[in-house]
Amino acid sequence: MTTTPSSAARPGLAGPALIPALVAIALALAGPTLGPYGADLMVKMMILSIFALSLQLLVGMTGLVSLGHAAFYGIGAYVTVLASGSEGGNLLVLGLLSMAGAAGYALVVGALSLRTRGVYFIMVTLAFAQMAYFVFHDTPVGGGSDGIYLYVRPAAGALDMENRTVMFYVVLAALAATYALLALIGRSRFGAALAGIRVNEQRMRAAGFPVYGYKLAAFVLAGALAGLAGCLVASRDGVVNPELLGWHNSGEVLLMIILGGLGHLRGAVIGAVAFTLLKEVLSTHAMVGPLANHWQLTLGIAIIVFVALLPRGLIGLAARISPRNTP
Amino acid sequence: MDFGTFLVQCLNSVQYGLLLFLVASGLTLIFGIMGVINLAHGSFYMIGAYMAFALSPLFGDQFLVMLAAGVVMAAVFGYVLEWAFFSYLYQRDHLQQVLMTYGLILVFEELRSILVGNDVHGVPVPPWLAGSFALGDLMSYPWYRLFASAACVVLALGLYAVVNRTKLGMMIRAGASNRDMVRGLGIDIRRLYRIVFAAGVALAALAGMIAAPMSSVYPNMGASVLIICFVVVVIGGIGSITGALVASLLVGFVDTFGKVFFAEISGIGVYLLMAIILIWRPEGLMGRKT
Repeated sequence: MTTTPSSAARPGLAGPALIPALVAIALALAGPTLGPYGADLMVKMMILSIFALSLQLLVGMTGLVSLGHAAFYGIGAYVTVLASGSEGGNLLVLGLLSMAGAAGYALVVGALSLRTRGVYFIMVTLAFAQMAYFVFHDTPVGGGSDGIYLYVRPAAGALDMENRTVMFYVVLAALAATYALLALIGRSRFGAALAGIRVNEQRMRAAGFPVYGYKLAAFVLAGALAGLAGCLVASRDGVVNPELLGWHNSGEVLLMIILGGLGHLRGAVIGAVAFTLLKEVLSTHAMVGPLANHWQLTLGIAIIVFVALLPRGLIGLAARISPRNTP
Repeated sequence: MDFGTFLVQCLNSVQYGLLLFLVASGLTLIFGIMGVINLAHGSFYMIGAYMAFALSPLFGDQFLVMLAAGVVMAAVFGYVLEWAFFSYLYQRDHLQQVLMTYGLILVFEELRSILVGNDVHGVPVPPWLAGSFALGDLMSYPWYRLFASAACVVLALGLYAVVNRTKLGMMIRAGASNRDMVRGLGIDIRRLYRIVFAAGVALAALAGMIAAPMSSVYPNMGASVLIICFVVVVIGGIGSITGALVASLLVGFVDTFGKVFFAEISGIGVYLLMAIILIWRPEGLMGRKT
């Protein structure tokens, strides 16, 4: 990853805060005009954006490539369903519980896997995610391979997730809050330290920074935010199964952030949207004809071609077309 | 647990461990020498197993001939794949390697689904290896599993001999310990890469072919093997063949006996083993300190 010193020091500062704020306001205004299909797709993309943002904190901002991030997403989703019971639970309590559950597992996994680096780290995170997968797949806690259903979607007073409009705004608010939090972190001393670790870990250690502690903090926070996305996806789908923790999910979210642009917060959002649309297009008969039955093949080829030609993502493409917009 | 059962489980552990070793040794060498993290390595195991499924009706009794033919085909496939695809990954960072080989898995899985479908298929055990022999008074053990272990032992010894006793092996060991120095000494590193990659693919495919009559062939069989092999490589230490062997056997024993004693949570046993190793020796049993 080549980054210029100025952007390396402040990764969260990719562009002014104005544009993300305008996009959020536009989405809030456009919400009522979307049909059921559009709103549903939008909710899906916003949840995946939160998930991708949480990984961007690890990969893009700290330089830790994790191939097991879906574990925290899945744990968040399972916690929401398991803690809801048959009466349905309080949305805020469930959200916090999901984040705490995911953060708890992230603390254990991070403490162990951060003892390794580079390619070891990739393998170890994948392996620990698979362990969590087996816990839900093989034991009765999570209903086995079929998963479990949510009886009643969570609510908090007027914020009832059974109502599709409410769900849209709750998810939008969660996305805005996540984005703002990460942007603030990017500007903070903590964020600058993470960027320093990404660019030159040895030097940060020599400068007296507790590198392990910083990385672990980033790992736990990323896990907690993935847990939040998991809570929302469980509320949306009304069902969870072990595939949420599966390694395909971890691979896809990693793909989203590189598709959008590594190291930029908006890259995670753009990537989540682009990937969802790409998958939707490739698996729709009306768009690609009989190839839709073999969307895995076209998706696989698309991934290879994309990473080969555009290693800096869609943001990098935009910068190449009009260099004036270079972040 | 009586002695007969214990013996059978030990044999199963060794057999599973050795099979894992065939896949993991290629994975660890490819990473150790070329610095490529190859998620598609499990696919080569899957391809081998499906090759056994497709070839066994053609070869009938001639199981060993089929294995030889399959190995040659897999090696050629690996050689071509290295030339056409993997040689472009060496200059890329790990993240891009992960994603591009992930894309390759999707392609392989879908091609498998188009060519063979998504059903589970059995592969017949060759007639001359059918049946089982008595172990103690009550237990018996299938001849084919013994054959699988023996074949793996022969291959492991062969691999050991090649790596430790030949000039090619010398280059491989040198490449695993210091890639740039080997390049600096004027060794044709591209040819070395291609040979190592082809050998890794052939080993993984051979493991798949040997496993097919025991495990049958099914979709996504590559992914589960891949992740277990990552565990093996982490435990053993990257780039170390000996480490891969020790770790494979450890994983074989933990997994097999985990299934006997803690059936419900047996899936997580090997990951707990990995966690212990990470606490004790983060660089792996035979890995070098970084």
